[in-house]
Amino acid sequence: MVPTLAGVVLLIFFLFKLFGGDPAQILAGQIASQEQIDAIRHELGLDQPWYVQLWFFVREILTFDWGKSWMTREQVSSIFLTRLPATLTISIPILLLEAAMAIPTAMVVAYYRGTLLDRTVMAICVAAMSVSFLVYIIVGQYVFGFQLGWFPVQGWSDSFWKNLVTYAPLPILLAALVGLAPQTRLYRSFFLDETKSDYVRTARAKGLSEPAIMRKHVLRNALVPVVTNISLLVPGVFVGSFLLEIFFSVPGLGREIYLAVNRSDYPVIQAVTIYLSVLTMLINLAADVLYTFVDPRIQLR
Amino acid sequence: MAAVLDVTPESAWTALWRRLQQDRVGAISLGIVAAYLVMILFAMVGLLARGWSEEVGVPYANPSFLGERPNLEAALQKRLEQKGKVPDLRDVDPLAPKYEEWAKRTEALKSTEPARSMTLPWGGDRWGRDVLAKAIKGSQVSIAVGVVAALCATFIGTLLGALAGFYGRWINDFLEWLYNVFTSIPGILLVFTLAAVLRSGPLASLFASGIWTVVIILAFTGWTGMYRLVRAEYMKHRSREYVLAAQAIGASAPSRMFVHILPNVSHVILVQLSLLVVAFIKVEVILSFLGLGVPIDMVSWGTMLGEAQNELIIGKWWQLAAATVFMAIFLTAFSMLTDSLRDALDPKLR
Repeated sequence: MVPTLAGVVLLIFFLFKLFGGDPAQILAGQIASQEQIDAIRHELGLDQPWYVQLWFFVREILTFDWGKSWMTREQVSSIFLTRLPATLTISIPILLLEAAMAIPTAMVVAYYRGTLLDRTVMAICVAAMSVSFLVYIIVGQYVFGFQLGWFPVQGWSDSFWKNLVTYAPLPILLAALVGLAPQTRLYRSFFLDETKSDYVRTARAKGLSEPAIMRKHVLRNALVPVVTNISLLVPGVFVGSFLLEIFFSVPGLGREIYLAVNRSDYPVIQAVTIYLSVLTMLINLAADVLYTFVDPRIQLR
Repeated sequence: MAAVLDVTPESAWTALWRRLQQDRVGAISLGIVAAYLVMILFAMVGLLARGWSEEVGVPYANPSFLGERPNLEAALQKRLEQKGKVPDLRDVDPLAPKYEEWAKRTEALKSTEPARSMTLPWGGDRWGRDVLAKAIKGSQVSIAVGVVAALCATFIGTLLGALAGFYGRWINDFLEWLYNVFTSIPGILLVFTLAAVLRSGPLASLFASGIWTVVIILAFTGWTGMYRLVRAEYMKHRSREYVLAAQAIGASAPSRMFVHILPNVSHVILVQLSLLVVAFIKVEVILSFLGLGVPIDMVSWGTMLGEAQNELIIGKWWQLAAATVFMAIFLTAFSMLTDSLRDALDPKLR
């Protein structure tokens, strides 16, 4: 994990160093005298050789001290702390709701495998996946927020409960519905893999009913890959859905980084990218450790 | 009386073609995708949708089948243009003597305002451009971005995967490290980072026009899956007998990698390539919508959706519908074709 982390830091550093714009130019704006630019270069340490700059960069990461955002003058660390709750308020319910809807649907479809129902649902899934997420958000916001008025079109408040009850439901529902199609397709294949295995044939041979086989044998075994897949989705919870955050003006991390890209606010982009990568690695590591408990056949090397 | 067995082995690609034809869904999907490709070809050489950026209709022109629908926006525009007549200031204006000269000059430069039609086949956008032509041109751009980026990602992924899988040892270790680095950064953050760097960096002017910014972003972030697959295949194949035989007759390492093994793993690459095309088109649409994708003088499904968001609020739904339908039909057909392709290429089903 340490070499990977070092790689991430190097990759981000050199991407910005070699291909990024000159920070002094961006900071000073269009009309700046050479003296001003030189002063900024000196202040940021840009007049130092690259390995010294790399050291500054590493020091920033280790001390959590990224200074201020270039454009809003807000402390980068405070951006993290204030934006993350909004992102989590939206993304955790999405993750749970998706799983709660996709697993039963996939199980039913797998039970009726090969029938018209199965093929119809699968065709609908493929078609639903071919429509851009954007279209679902645009139309959903228009119909449920603007036309029917069931939900506020967009907005956010300071109270967690008000957010969860008033502002979050529409984006959560939209995302969960969109995530349903690909997840159903995937989980169905997990269930189908299990229905072909030997223990299912044995269970059938000893006279167990099909629903009982599905519930007692197939479900339990198929849950291993399902849980694996869900654990792969967990790191995404912290990134959240930037599209939802932009459309519904949720002050979350995803929207923040999109705004940062638009204003070339390098410290914000770098900090978010690096810390979220570290978080992703940690969650994956935790998931690996958890597996050895869930499935005794797996051993950590 | 021994029967002579005379069976010429069927080549893999003929077999693929035969299987695709037998698969009804696959054949229909192939037809749709082919139709799109023909449409794109026509759009590229200018036979179709050449004038997508010309303002041929009134603003928000109605679709032909809805010709009677009131169009407040166009009426408003017309009123504004009529109001635009300047009041007569001849008595007080110190520049009055110059009016004659100006009138003459205007006469010389007189542009003929083309007649704008009230309705267009599938409606018009804010500037009165033909939405149908935009959708066709947008298909060309979106699909081209998806295909070109997928080809680039495939090239990177295949090359690195082949090196890692074939040589193993430190090359494998190094490339595995690179793979871990790229996959541990959440995909969308890598996309945003690259977008930020390419927008404001020294290369910004180089890629300012055209589709290359998006293609580079997609290829640079999307090669990892291909790398993993190709690497696994090469590890399997490198010690197979046919490869050892090639080595025995003196085939060099590059020759074994790309002349002997590559054709035998090409089916894996082909399926993954089609999956990438679908995924990349979806990302391109989102990036263009956000203004990080194709430049503003081009049209793609994403930029159309970007305009459609505001149009929907005033009830002009046709641009949204056009972009969605064009995109959904293509992606559905392409996904179905990929599934059929995978089935047809699966040696277990033979």
